[in-house]
Amino acid sequence: MSECYFTQKHDLIRKLTRDFAQTEFTKEFLDEVEESGSFSQEMLDKMAAAGFFGVKTSKDLGGQGADARSYVIVIEEIARVSAVASIYVSSPNSLSGGPLIMAGNPKQKEKYLTPVVRGEKKMVFALTEPGAGSDAGGMTSTARKEGEYYILNGRKCFITMAPLSDYAVVFAKTQQGIGTKGITAFVVDLKLPGVSFGKAENKMGVIGCATSDIIFENVRVHESDRLGMEGQGFKIAMATLDTGRLGVAAQSIGVAQGCLDEAVEYLKERKQFGKRLADFQALSFMIAEMATKLEAAKQLTYRAAYMMDTKQDITVAASMAKYYASEVCNEIAQKALQLHGGYGFIKDYKIERMFRDCRVFTIYEGTSQIQLMVIGSRLLKK
Amino acid sequence: MKICVCAKQVPDTNEVKIDPVKGTLIRTGVPSILNPDDANALEAALCLKDKYPDTKVYVVSMGPAQADYMLRECLAMGADEAVLLSDRAFGGADTCATSVSIAAGIKKIGDFDIIFGGRQAIDGDTAQVGPQVAHRLGIPVITYVEAIEEVSDKKIRVRRQLEDGYELIETALPCFLTCVKELNTPRYMSVAGIMDAYEKEITVYGREDLALTPEECGLKASPTRVFKSFTPPPKGKGEMLSGTVNEMAAELTDRLRKAHLI
Repeated sequence: MSECYFTQKHDLIRKLTRDFAQTEFTKEFLDEVEESGSFSQEMLDKMAAAGFFGVKTSKDLGGQGADARSYVIVIEEIARVSAVASIYVSSPNSLSGGPLIMAGNPKQKEKYLTPVVRGEKKMVFALTEPGAGSDAGGMTSTARKEGEYYILNGRKCFITMAPLSDYAVVFAKTQQGIGTKGITAFVVDLKLPGVSFGKAENKMGVIGCATSDIIFENVRVHESDRLGMEGQGFKIAMATLDTGRLGVAAQSIGVAQGCLDEAVEYLKERKQFGKRLADFQALSFMIAEMATKLEAAKQLTYRAAYMMDTKQDITVAASMAKYYASEVCNEIAQKALQLHGGYGFIKDYKIERMFRDCRVFTIYEGTSQIQLMVIGSRLLKK
Repeated sequence: MKICVCAKQVPDTNEVKIDPVKGTLIRTGVPSILNPDDANALEAALCLKDKYPDTKVYVVSMGPAQADYMLRECLAMGADEAVLLSDRAFGGADTCATSVSIAAGIKKIGDFDIIFGGRQAIDGDTAQVGPQVAHRLGIPVITYVEAIEEVSDKKIRVRRQLEDGYELIETALPCFLTCVKELNTPRYMSVAGIMDAYEKEITVYGREDLALTPEECGLKASPTRVFKSFTPPPKGKGEMLSGTVNEMAAELTDRLRKAHLI
């Protein structure tokens, strides 16, 4: 393990989360989530009580007052059993909570962040648009100032948790023609007139957490709900994504560990040609390679979290962790499924779901290619 | 109310393997955990604290310095204070000597209304320490508590688990209750609880703090002598009879008769 990055406190947080995930996310529960497409509020309440939604948020704002390493541990241990549950954890901690922690004033934090980290309200992060994915700066949503209000217009897409949520952190252009410098962030109450949702997407994985478009038509947002100054939106979004990428890296090592656990167990049980699969050297080499790559991914992730806790610049470290961990997770899931043979292809075995769930990890919060752009551009800066 | 919970850090016996040659437990590399029945005892105390908010819950443990980790877990679940009885002089104690030290520790903290303990620890399985501590404190003890029916400042009524039912027992406070897992489901810690637990001081008392003589502690005060540890040979495979109930009963009595057992 990675003793050098962790204290006893972190070990105890891992114990709490592992106990919770193994006890609560039973096969019956996860099958029900998969079939119904929804995740019970009762379970979310239990997760809130354990403090999973506000790991890094300070205690005076209703959070838990822990650090980035604790956050990584919580996400990892939850994702090891349920990827979709880890999305419910990561959202208030990073994507939706992040902009408020970073740029919110005390009043905004109390009004929006506190109920979100307590699990009383849900909030989403709305950056992506149909024509502005990796190129977030190419957004066309606008916010036009009119007295004390901004008139918000535009369409955000692929917004995780959108139909379930109360608030959204929305990025829109307050000034045209100056690129990303014209982008401003707002907290928008999704009950305001003019807000509507697209239908929930029919996704390949992480089922149980609805994703949809949010449409804004002349929505009047009060200026007190602007986060930071006009034009700071893009900076807020990018800084939020640093934490977000750490979260996806943590999801990746969690799911990868879950896949490896399943493969190891299966290889010890399954017999062919008169011996256990585990006794075939070719297969044991596959396990050895999976475990080694997973360990490397863990080290990158834990290191990025440690750097965040020690106030270092984590942009490159978070991109490296996200890129490597999500790619390796998909490779491990693919091999773990292969090791299950025909059984890996049917839904009775956990590996089938894990294989689908982790596919999005190399895509959301910056594709692998975007991570490589981030890393490469830093190294090759003029 | 002032409540004490006796807790022990034990090796996770699910992970313990037996040395096939020596017949002893291989403890190296085995994680240490809060004894499961003690978690039920703590939960019972915390439930009373939920009900009566001015209740203070103390956790007391005897063990080496690393028991600190287990006590932090108890604090993270919601206990107010933790006390560790730790001294080289306590080493090698059997249940008799252990109960002397723990009773002295409890007396030093003083004046509890209820003391909870687990039914037994999973490493020794004796179930002796709780009743012995109660005896040394001169208070009533109820073992195998599976439900708490009623609590007031003067008395408590509980259900005591039996193999084929239960006893309803009422006793005056203060008293000692040993808890079984059917009593409740221990709560989870919380992340904030863990953060708080590491802000707190854990009080450590040694032999002299408890005003015990060396002769009253540890190996010297332990009448128990371990003669031999061994793994009992596994039982042979059972045989399932088949047929109707009458046929099976006839077959069974026939065989028992042939073996001159009936």
